[in-house]
Amino acid sequence: MSAKTVAICRYGAGNVRSVELAFTRLGAELIDDVEAADLAVLPGVGAARTAMNGLRDRGLVEVLRARTKPTLGICLGLQLALEESEEDGGVRGLGLVPGRAVRIEAERVPRIGWAYVDDVAYWFAHSYAAESPAVTATSEGIAAIVEHGAFTGVQFHPEKSGPAGQRFLEQCLSRA
Amino acid sequence: MPLPRLIPCLDVADGRVVKGVNFENLRDVGDPVELGAAYSDAGADELVFLDITATLDKRAAAVATAARVAEHVTIPFTFGGGIRTVDDACAVLEAGADKVSVNSAALARPELIEELAGALGSQAVVVAIDSAADQVFSHAGTRAEARDTLAWAKECEERGAGELLVTSIDRDGTRSGYDTELLASIGDAVRLPVIASGGAGTTQHVADALDVASAALLASILHEDPQRLVSLRGELKELGVCLR
Repeated sequence: MSAKTVAICRYGAGNVRSVELAFTRLGAELIDDVEAADLAVLPGVGAARTAMNGLRDRGLVEVLRARTKPTLGICLGLQLALEESEEDGGVRGLGLVPGRAVRIEAERVPRIGWAYVDDVAYWFAHSYAAESPAVTATSEGIAAIVEHGAFTGVQFHPEKSGPAGQRFLEQCLSRA
Repeated sequence: MPLPRLIPCLDVADGRVVKGVNFENLRDVGDPVELGAAYSDAGADELVFLDITATLDKRAAAVATAARVAEHVTIPFTFGGGIRTVDDACAVLEAGADKVSVNSAALARPELIEELAGALGSQAVVVAIDSAADQVFSHAGTRAEARDTLAWAKECEERGAGELLVTSIDRDGTRSGYDTELLASIGDAVRLPVIASGGAGTTQHVADALDVASAALLASILHEDPQRLVSLRGELKELGVCLR
């Protein structure tokens, strides 16, 4: 079987390199064509408004909406997939998933560090989180995973969550 | 609340991890990738690399080191030292770092914090605060800034910082314990996570810091030995600290 193809959406400044490295370690073939890839990845970089503008400028909004093959959103990438976000005074999202991103009510914000999703610890770094009927797993009462059609979104950073994160990405890739 | 974090701090000069007193008599203690990976395997929650390279092109040195670390280390890491502009920060994050830490540059021009948060998100922006007698110091703790520590901490939060890395200059290197009073008062003044730094000598000191702060920076207490982190984690768990 040939390697699965993965396209990582580039739309702003941030650490996309770690996502690339993680999929490279898993033997995926990285390509630029978001439309054709077996798995599209919407990484989390920057803040909501500039990120949406970045997606629009690169023509990625329609491409992501039209995808029927799996798409994985990470952190802000999950939040952008919702219908809207409270961040930056309100930003319209991609609408791939019903719901909205709201500011979290944690003791410390941003919520940074390792927290359990079921019984596995992943690394989180966020100030907003999904409020959505598509939430399928939570961490300390905060949305950790949303699944809707071909879209899976994770609030944590699997690419920065050591071996546990690598296993999570491996599952995403094998389902793609 | 996420779990309390243990964060080994590695000083880097010209691409090597170094150890020295007050940036003098630097001794080479290893490769940042090898040491970083070993700390990751030993249970580190994150890593901090503090670049003290003396050469002019600090950015190139930082980017090269960050890129090498990201190839082999799959836990989050922060890069500090010589970050003065959004471009500097973007270059380091694009190489694979997750956060940047700024100190003197933010004191010289506080708008830098807003610019970094706008471009990278607050979660990627750590402001390091070096404090002595409730006053802020810049330039590796050598220059008094005539700024009240608590007021500066609040200003950093308002400007969009994501975390505060608070070093007590009085305690740094003394092994007499973190300044828990200072950490608690900053923790009360802001809602940001606070990373405790400076003064760790014993396991109990680290446990005490994690009572009042979200994370503890570990430097000389580890003696550049990842195995020490393994034993420290075990001792902290015995003291009832809930670690990953």
